[in-house]
Amino acid sequence: MTQTSSAPAIVIHEKGFGKTLRTDRWWLYPGLVLFGLTLFLIYGMWSALQADYYWYSAGESGFGGYLAPFYSPLLFIKEGVAGAAPMSHSIFGAWPSWWPEWIPPSPSLLILAVPGIFRFTCYYYRKAYYRAFTGTPPACAVGALPRNRKAGYKGETGLMLFQNIHRITMYFALLYIFIFFYDAYLAFFRGGEFGVGVGTILLLGNPIMLGLYSFGCHSIRHLVSGRRDCYSCSMLGEVSHTNGKIVGWLNKRHELFAWLSLIWIMVADYYVRLVSTGIIHDFSTWG
Amino acid sequence: MARRKFRIYRGDNEQGQLTDYNVDVQEGMVVLDVIHRIQAEEAEDLAVRWNCKAGKCGSCSMEINGKPKLSCMTRMNEYKEDETITITPLKSFPILKDLVTDVSWNYEQNERIKPVKLAPEAKTDRGYVMYQKDVDRIQEFRKCIECYLCQNVCHIIRDHEKKDTFIGPRFMIRVAGLEMHPLDTEDRLPELKKEFGSGMCNITRCCTDVCPEHINITDNGIIPMKERVVDRFYDPVTIMARKLWGPPKKKLPPIPEELKKG
Repeated sequence: MTQTSSAPAIVIHEKGFGKTLRTDRWWLYPGLVLFGLTLFLIYGMWSALQADYYWYSAGESGFGGYLAPFYSPLLFIKEGVAGAAPMSHSIFGAWPSWWPEWIPPSPSLLILAVPGIFRFTCYYYRKAYYRAFTGTPPACAVGALPRNRKAGYKGETGLMLFQNIHRITMYFALLYIFIFFYDAYLAFFRGGEFGVGVGTILLLGNPIMLGLYSFGCHSIRHLVSGRRDCYSCSMLGEVSHTNGKIVGWLNKRHELFAWLSLIWIMVADYYVRLVSTGIIHDFSTWG
Repeated sequence: MARRKFRIYRGDNEQGQLTDYNVDVQEGMVVLDVIHRIQAEEAEDLAVRWNCKAGKCGSCSMEINGKPKLSCMTRMNEYKEDETITITPLKSFPILKDLVTDVSWNYEQNERIKPVKLAPEAKTDRGYVMYQKDVDRIQEFRKCIECYLCQNVCHIIRDHEKKDTFIGPRFMIRVAGLEMHPLDTEDRLPELKKEFGSGMCNITRCCTDVCPEHINITDNGIIPMKERVVDRFYDPVTIMARKLWGPPKKKLPPIPEELKKG
């Protein structure tokens, strides 16, 4: 274990990473978080860099189809790529010619930043990765990773001041819920014909989970309710108090929905990829 | 009745050691009962601070098997019969003797906070009027018994020894209770950001985990304060709104007609 430079006078004041008198399985939570978030990051990067097989409509060219959530919204589409969406789904048209050749022409790379930063700066995930990845601290009453620099530990005041960007990314991240609901609507049609498949359920569950997570956000709770000191002062205050109760209910379960939405979007994305590549068959009413 | 093994810190801040004791433990005993039995039967000079033995005075804070807890609320049946239980004083504060620490730093932090400044125009002949929905949030913080388990477990104080830059979770919620007060007109956000170190907290929620009153310190106290700091200093939308329309005026709870001054 790492030791701090100044030797403690007594044994129970010893400091260093992982030092503790705890006898329970304190390492379980950071261990699970480390595994879960690493898995998500690896999958997310892998999926984003594929640049193909993100769309499935069983060869039908009419309205509808499955779009992998990691690729939504489609700002640009590269034509001639296997498993790519039809050009009509592109918001800004064909893939830009200035795009460097050494970077895969993946629509996913253009849109992951906002939800990525939103989750990275989320008050729940901060707890999770500060414990699991940076060891500040790994668990309660377990020695934190020492800072040997002169300034010492700075918390979220130095480089980590950027965590305050959470509010700004929240404004944009909410748009994704509506975009994913549109994708779910799209998934209920294939060649213009209404139907239901495993993919439709996964793509509908995605914005629901994301909504339950996002609307429990601490920044939203603050804006709709927490910034007020007086609820009895006006009609708006009364509305704010009611809103606070709803968001508060979700906020209490923020950790639960953070994980459910994270797992769900990963499963939905992988499912669309598997169906698009033809590895599995989409069980559906379209046959 | 079963004979159980204990290791208790004996000493002060300069020297000391973990001393072994074997004690007969009866059903229903809490850790503080065991300490009292050791005091009575084996070590009458063993120092321990306690008072109410009901989890309401916050005196008997210590670390039991490394976890910050109130010894009067920690039942012996939480532990396996063959388990050796290690009892040590709070790690973040200087040890006076054995299990007693000097927590006076906390009182100094309390004095740094501007006290409540009630709006004079809200006063009636029968005092001030407040409504339950306006004080629900701050009543949660009023449950605090000042056991300082949260201050002790906070890694900024415990591991990084930043007592000069962070006021600690207990006093973050004291500031929150004052800032959210419907009648208070004082502004504590500038010092909350600069002097009290709201940005030092990285919200790992250990303060909430150890609170014996189950106050949601992080989600209901610290994060709302961090969000108010974001409002004032970092969010371009709210900063622009303040520039355009000025700082929001403090709205006070309505006074019922029968209480309005004549």
